[in-house]
Amino acid sequence: MEGTAAPLDAASLRTARAGRGDVVFRWLAIGAGLFVFVVLGSIAAFLVIKAIPSLNADRSSFWATRTWSAVQGDARFGIAALLFGTVLTGALALVMAVPVGIGVSIYITQYAPRRIATMLGYLTDMLAAVPSVVYGLWGLYFLLPHLVGVQLFLAKYLGWIPLFANPNNLASIFSKSVFGAALVLAIMVLPIVAAVSREVLSQVDPAQKEAALALGATRWEMISTAVLPQSRAGIVSAAMLGLGRALGETIAVALVIGVSFKISPHILTPGGNTIAANIANAFGDADAIGRSALIASGLVLFTLTLGVNLVARGVIARSGAEERSAV
Amino acid sequence: MSTSVDLRHRGIRQATLPRWAVVATTIGAVLVTVLLFATTGFQGRADFLLVAVVLTVLSITALSWRVEGRRRAVDRIATNLALVSLLLTLLPLGFVVGYVVKRGHGVFGWSFLTHDLGSTGPLQAGGGVGHAILGTLEQVLLASVFAVPLGILVAIFVTEYGGRRLASAVRFLIDVMTGIPSIVAGLFVLAFWIFALHQSFSGAAAAIALAIIELPIIVRTAEAMIKLVPGELREASYALGIAKWRTILRVVVPTASTGITTGVMLAVARVTGETAPVLLVAGNNNFFNRSPFNGQQGSLGVSIFENATSASTFNVERAWGAALALVLIVVVLYVAARVLTGRNKLARG
Amino acid sequence: MAKRIETVGLSCHYGSTKAVDDVSITIEPKSVTAFIGPSGCGKSTLLRSLNRMHEVIPGAGITGKVLLDDEDIYAPGIDPAAVRRTIGMVFQKPNPFPTMSIYDNVAAGLRLNGIRKKSNLDDAVERSLRGANLWDEVKGRLTKAGAGLSGGQQQRLCIARAIAVEPQVLLMDEPCSALDPISTLAIEDLIAELKDSYTIVIVTHNMQQAARVSDVTAFFTLKGPGEPGHLVEVDATQKIFTNPSRQRTEDYITGRFG
Repeated sequence: MEGTAAPLDAASLRTARAGRGDVVFRWLAIGAGLFVFVVLGSIAAFLVIKAIPSLNADRSSFWATRTWSAVQGDARFGIAALLFGTVLTGALALVMAVPVGIGVSIYITQYAPRRIATMLGYLTDMLAAVPSVVYGLWGLYFLLPHLVGVQLFLAKYLGWIPLFANPNNLASIFSKSVFGAALVLAIMVLPIVAAVSREVLSQVDPAQKEAALALGATRWEMISTAVLPQSRAGIVSAAMLGLGRALGETIAVALVIGVSFKISPHILTPGGNTIAANIANAFGDADAIGRSALIASGLVLFTLTLGVNLVARGVIARSGAEERSAV
Repeated sequence: MSTSVDLRHRGIRQATLPRWAVVATTIGAVLVTVLLFATTGFQGRADFLLVAVVLTVLSITALSWRVEGRRRAVDRIATNLALVSLLLTLLPLGFVVGYVVKRGHGVFGWSFLTHDLGSTGPLQAGGGVGHAILGTLEQVLLASVFAVPLGILVAIFVTEYGGRRLASAVRFLIDVMTGIPSIVAGLFVLAFWIFALHQSFSGAAAAIALAIIELPIIVRTAEAMIKLVPGELREASYALGIAKWRTILRVVVPTASTGITTGVMLAVARVTGETAPVLLVAGNNNFFNRSPFNGQQGSLGVSIFENATSASTFNVERAWGAALALVLIVVVLYVAARVLTGRNKLARG
Repeated sequence: MAKRIETVGLSCHYGSTKAVDDVSITIEPKSVTAFIGPSGCGKSTLLRSLNRMHEVIPGAGITGKVLLDDEDIYAPGIDPAAVRRTIGMVFQKPNPFPTMSIYDNVAAGLRLNGIRKKSNLDDAVERSLRGANLWDEVKGRLTKAGAGLSGGQQQRLCIARAIAVEPQVLLMDEPCSALDPISTLAIEDLIAELKDSYTIVIVTHNMQQAARVSDVTAFFTLKGPGEPGHLVEVDATQKIFTNPSRQRTEDYITGRFG
């Protein structure tokens, strides 16, 4: 029934109600638009309102303290370790996901034959369909045990790099760690980076590619001369959208990270925490002040992801490319 | 004025690596790996595969560099890296889905999908996640009943009615909404619905959070689809004297309906799996709670989360069964959405 | 210097559909040959098969031979990329690389071929821009974006880019159809100069242009509806346009069809 119009008998054409219908509908639509303002406004407002009590009750500096203690009357909340952990896991996840995401989208748009390219695109998008709780479960029971060997190897041979150092000389099995969480996050972020990159790469004018080939370029030279330079802004935006997702991811990280509140760059050792995971884990036992503090941390997280997302959209808007994927 | 490098007289012949050389090099690299693993302490199937692949690629590249020249060798490296990226993308998908099926199929079954944990203790086998499935379905349905019509309406506003500045402001806000982490949406419902309005933890509270997550996805897809409807279609309708609102409802939206339906399916798939906000405001419940408005309600995501770290192996197995159920629902929705997209004449242009 | 191209029984196909049938033609060095004919008769396909651009499309290929000074460019052991460098191409719609400056556009092919030294590049860029009659207009803004020029200038930039890698042959696929008459004239003058150094083949649907610009004209048309295109007649331009040998050629020239 696509494209059929309303019945065209004389009676319906004559109807004088058309004018009123238009007005009603118009206000309905405008109302919907304004409602979006209301929703976002209330989100911001209520988060701030409910966060304030904890900030008043906090006996220590919210930004610098590393612990999260909800002891009545002596509340000490600090977002320092959480913020560090959030940014560290997010950055690590990006480092792992972005090259692969760009690589697979280059493969799909430049190398794969047309028919299987669409199928490969769907499969890559499927990675985004898997719910985060399933990733967390899988990460906990499948990935982490398999990762132990890798972590031991890295600590043993590359331990001179501070990131991979093992200062307490834990010879025992590493399990939950920032590294594991970052890896799971990377798999979750990969489809976002890949989808947006694919969109950007496929919009390159074929005439440019022909121009490069006509100069005697090999396939890779064509890609690096005619395709990638134009897609730079879009790819940066893809990476930032992925980062935004990684920063806000809660459940998978909560399941896979070993909770601790120190600020430590040693990603292979047990420990680490993110703002989101902390909210999920600490929520159950929190009292009123505790919950208020969690809301405050949520506000910080929101600001962070908001900033990253806005930069991402700004980069794409400035480059003039059309953002078509409903990511 | 001449270049000191004369391109004009370069020939067009090119030495190519013959196929037998590639095969021979691969075999050679594998043999070297076998030798390496036999003499040193390295072991493990995955490690062997990794080393063999890396050695093969490196040696073929080196050979190509010598025989075919730098440009061809670099081209080969690029092709290989692209293929490796493809592999690194598809492997996790296979591992995740495969492992979920492997761990979850044991408890899976009709009884598992229809019973709750009312008569099953944590240290007993049996029981099911029927209550969780019901909870998830009710919460998602409630959320969609609000988010879908509202989302389409907002999309209509942005494309058909908004003045340029208002429409871009709303579009911007929707962009902002897509970036809200799901846990923050949960925190909002906590702050607003539960603390400020003193409501209880319930499935409906979760539905509010899910609606916040679902709304921007619907708006963006609906907006994209409505924009694809050709202007000529609208103009033909107006030229026949049909009012704007009727045109939108009877011409524009139906034309875009396939695409909008696809968007709705993808949005529903997305929120079905959401756990964090539901955890915060619906709590958990091991029994059937048919009313989303009254008291804590179970959901698939939360039940998986809670059982994942349980000391009881039975609980863990139930978590895997629930994960399988969740993955099945999401995959079915995803595949159906893709099939629908294939039939969408509008999107294909 | 410039080389001869000879095709022997050349047929081009897309998948299982034949687009061009059995063309045998010789294109002499340092001359301009025009391919004319109604649209859809395979002129562009034929042109693209002369520098192995045709096979870039999946499923597309040729049968027969294309000889560049007696060397078959489709023989095994021949590098398609090297062929494309030797037989350059200018396209219908000017397509300079948008993210590159004028300088970088012209230097792009040189850099790909391993020429990195600044002095060599500078010389080559100037030589090419002069050769494309563009040097005087852009010499003060070589670092500005290539896309900021007018249509005619962009096309001359593309020509400069193509000749920078010192090809033997220059293929031009309707190079003026997207340009205004003044720019078209400029390009046509340029072609007259370029033929001193290159073998040029130009596809054009504009008969007057073919008459102005070329030494030899080849007329193509479809054998019949749904049939592939084929070569009807090839001869000195003067003769084709004043006294063609075939009736179909005369019909086309006088506008009775096409």
